[in-house]
Amino acid sequence: MTTQPTGPVPGTGETLLETGVAGDGLDLEAAQSVLGVDDSRFRHDYLEVRGLRVEFDGFVAVQGVDLTVTAGDLRFLIGPNGAGKTTIVDAITGLARASGSVQFGGVDLLGRKTHRIARAGVGRTFQTASVFEELSVLQNLDIAAGARRGPLTLLRRRSSTPEAVEQALETVGLAHLRDVQAGILAHGQKQWLEIGMLLVQDARLLLLDEPVAGMSQAEREQTGELLQRIGAQRTVVVVEHDMDFLRAFASSVTVLHLGQVLAEGTYAEVQADPRVQEVYLGSAGATRGARRRGSASTTEGAHASPRTTTDEKEA
Amino acid sequence: MSAVTTESPSRLSALYRSSRARVIVGFAVAAVLLFAVAPATLSTFRLGLLGKFLCLAMVAVGIGLAWGRGGMLTLGQGVFFGLGAYLMAMHLKLADAGPVEGSGGVPDFMMLYGSGEVPGWWEPFRSPVVTILAIAIVPAGLAALLGFAVFTRRVRGAYFAILSQALAAAFAILLIGQQATTGGTNGLNGFRSFFGYDLADPVNKRMLFFLAAGALLVMVAVARQLMVSRFGELLVAVRDQENRVRFLGYDPAQVKVVAYAVAAFMAAVGGALFVPIVGIISPADVGVVPSIGFLIGVAIGGRATLLGPVLGSIAVSWAQTSLSEAFPSGWIYAQGALFILVVAFLPGGLAELFTRWRRSRRGSVPDGGAPAPGDDGTSDGSRPGAARTGEPGSGDPTVEPQTAVDHDPATSGRTA
Ligand SMILES: Nc1ncnc2c1ncn2[C@@H]1O[C@H](COP(=O)(O)OP(=O)(O)O)[C@@H](O)[C@H]1O
Ligand SMILES: [Mg+2]
Repeated sequence: MTTQPTGPVPGTGETLLETGVAGDGLDLEAAQSVLGVDDSRFRHDYLEVRGLRVEFDGFVAVQGVDLTVTAGDLRFLIGPNGAGKTTIVDAITGLARASGSVQFGGVDLLGRKTHRIARAGVGRTFQTASVFEELSVLQNLDIAAGARRGPLTLLRRRSSTPEAVEQALETVGLAHLRDVQAGILAHGQKQWLEIGMLLVQDARLLLLDEPVAGMSQAEREQTGELLQRIGAQRTVVVVEHDMDFLRAFASSVTVLHLGQVLAEGTYAEVQADPRVQEVYLGSAGATRGARRRGSASTTEGAHASPRTTTDEKEA
Repeated sequence: MSAVTTESPSRLSALYRSSRARVIVGFAVAAVLLFAVAPATLSTFRLGLLGKFLCLAMVAVGIGLAWGRGGMLTLGQGVFFGLGAYLMAMHLKLADAGPVEGSGGVPDFMMLYGSGEVPGWWEPFRSPVVTILAIAIVPAGLAALLGFAVFTRRVRGAYFAILSQALAAAFAILLIGQQATTGGTNGLNGFRSFFGYDLADPVNKRMLFFLAAGALLVMVAVARQLMVSRFGELLVAVRDQENRVRFLGYDPAQVKVVAYAVAAFMAAVGGALFVPIVGIISPADVGVVPSIGFLIGVAIGGRATLLGPVLGSIAVSWAQTSLSEAFPSGWIYAQGALFILVVAFLPGGLAELFTRWRRSRRGSVPDGGAPAPGDDGTSDGSRPGAARTGEPGSGDPTVEPQTAVDHDPATSGRTA
């Protein structure tokens, strides 16, 4: 039985095979060719968050958070469920209204519209992968690459794949699935597609909300390495609560608890902090169990205590 | 997305698969049907009826774009249809009334119900050029303004639907209330000429039909171009994940405004041609009920496809005409029932049935999916393709993800 994805396009594809895309996996060499170019643009970028405060109907989800992340750092944002990690990402990207100040690359982000923030070089992924399910992988990436296209380009059909999109396809290991509807990708592949979209979007600040959730161990390692390479040049913040992943890839860690920064430093420093141990790593055994993908109940259990605290505060 | 049968690709099926050839053949067939077969086989009366259906189908093409591809459930296309129609009707009435010098240039109904004077805002429409420009610009411009106000405030879904419907209701009420200047409930009718051509002459009636047929074909071509373009992909992205598009640096409101304005333009042209073909435009043609009527054909035909809205709309119009001849009051129930059936059991419309049938006939066919523009938009082989088969270690790359989804506990575990 021969197979044929959406577009019956025989021929020309053979060359792609030789670049080492091993079926399902990230291509870190291709990543290098995407990321290796022109890193001077990113060198002086940094994210500076000061006194960030987000309130939902009287409930203060984030309170007085300061955060400074420079390019070349791979910052992990951790904390129990409900600590406010996603809310911080929402605030930076204009999804949640916030007070305080957020600056990136000398641009004030707070109060701007979401799409303007994106154009200022800020890209994000979502806790639940959100790709355009009815569009193909290629179309997803092409849209991500196109925010600066003029009306005339938009009104034409895509005649060739943009170079950046081609490279991103290789980088995230989806070149062989380019014509497949994004909706039928596996969860991890969707997350990779989202990372690819960030790359072609040319985001200089990447905010990734639990990018390895639901991935296998091998996929996690590949993703971690890719993030490290991206982080070496761009400003990257990763929200994650898998401790093993954190230990392996984080260059610095910020621990959040109840909407406030509890500790900040290297993995070792943070781990040694007694307050962190108390609220987060204290339940290390359970937390480690929680990283097992998909075990929703375990996750509930692991974070039971912090969540109760949150609820008390809420009341 | 799955394996294809090993059926050896004959030249004919290759031609069929090549989307460009398919399009050219499709347009050629449609042109032959409309420009040769229809006038040769239909009486002048039936041809006029078909012309009317074509005008309504123009509205449907726009709805397919705005609703099917853009997700904007517009229950108020009657407003734009009506604007185009009334603008045209005003001009025809003024032209029939003759020049100001001499007969006075006052349309008959104004003598009857009004002061016998032409209101100032009617005057510009004595000019054919102004009229045509107004038909092209006013409804689309109004849609753009409205869309901008509404979409930047992130009014969506049912709220947008209700708003657009309220607009249609208000428009009809406004028209009814202004009997002296709009003809009130009677509307505008009794047109004698169309840009100098006698409307009673069968030859001119045929020309009008050709005009409508040509306009519809152009609109389908425009809709197709929009659907396969990058804009079309973006529009689907906005429909499915408006917020996600925002995070990529686009303003979804702009994307929606464009589609909405194009839909309004198509409705306006449909309305403008409806007037000379049907010979009357009244509030009953533009209010809430006809606005919903426009939608029904689109839904039944398949809103997200290119041809579904056109064919659905024509079929519904035809059924309405022939059924209401037989059972005058029964049609409205039949229509309602059909609409409910389609919405409940066949959200993709009859086009979905067609796709399923084609898929089952060919085993399983990769390019059948109706809703994504990717099917005919990207499958013409112009891209350097990826390797298809024999990829080491990946087995069947197109089937694998599906199973992976099924077996990945993470997908269910993480969605909370
Ligand atoms: N839109 C919202 N409305 C009200 N409360 C919210 C909203 N979003 C988040 N919260 C609350 O803010 C707190 C932080 O949530 P979140 O940032 O999602 O936590 P996490 O660190 O798990 O990502 C939680 O208590 C959550 O219930
Ligand atoms: Mg979260």
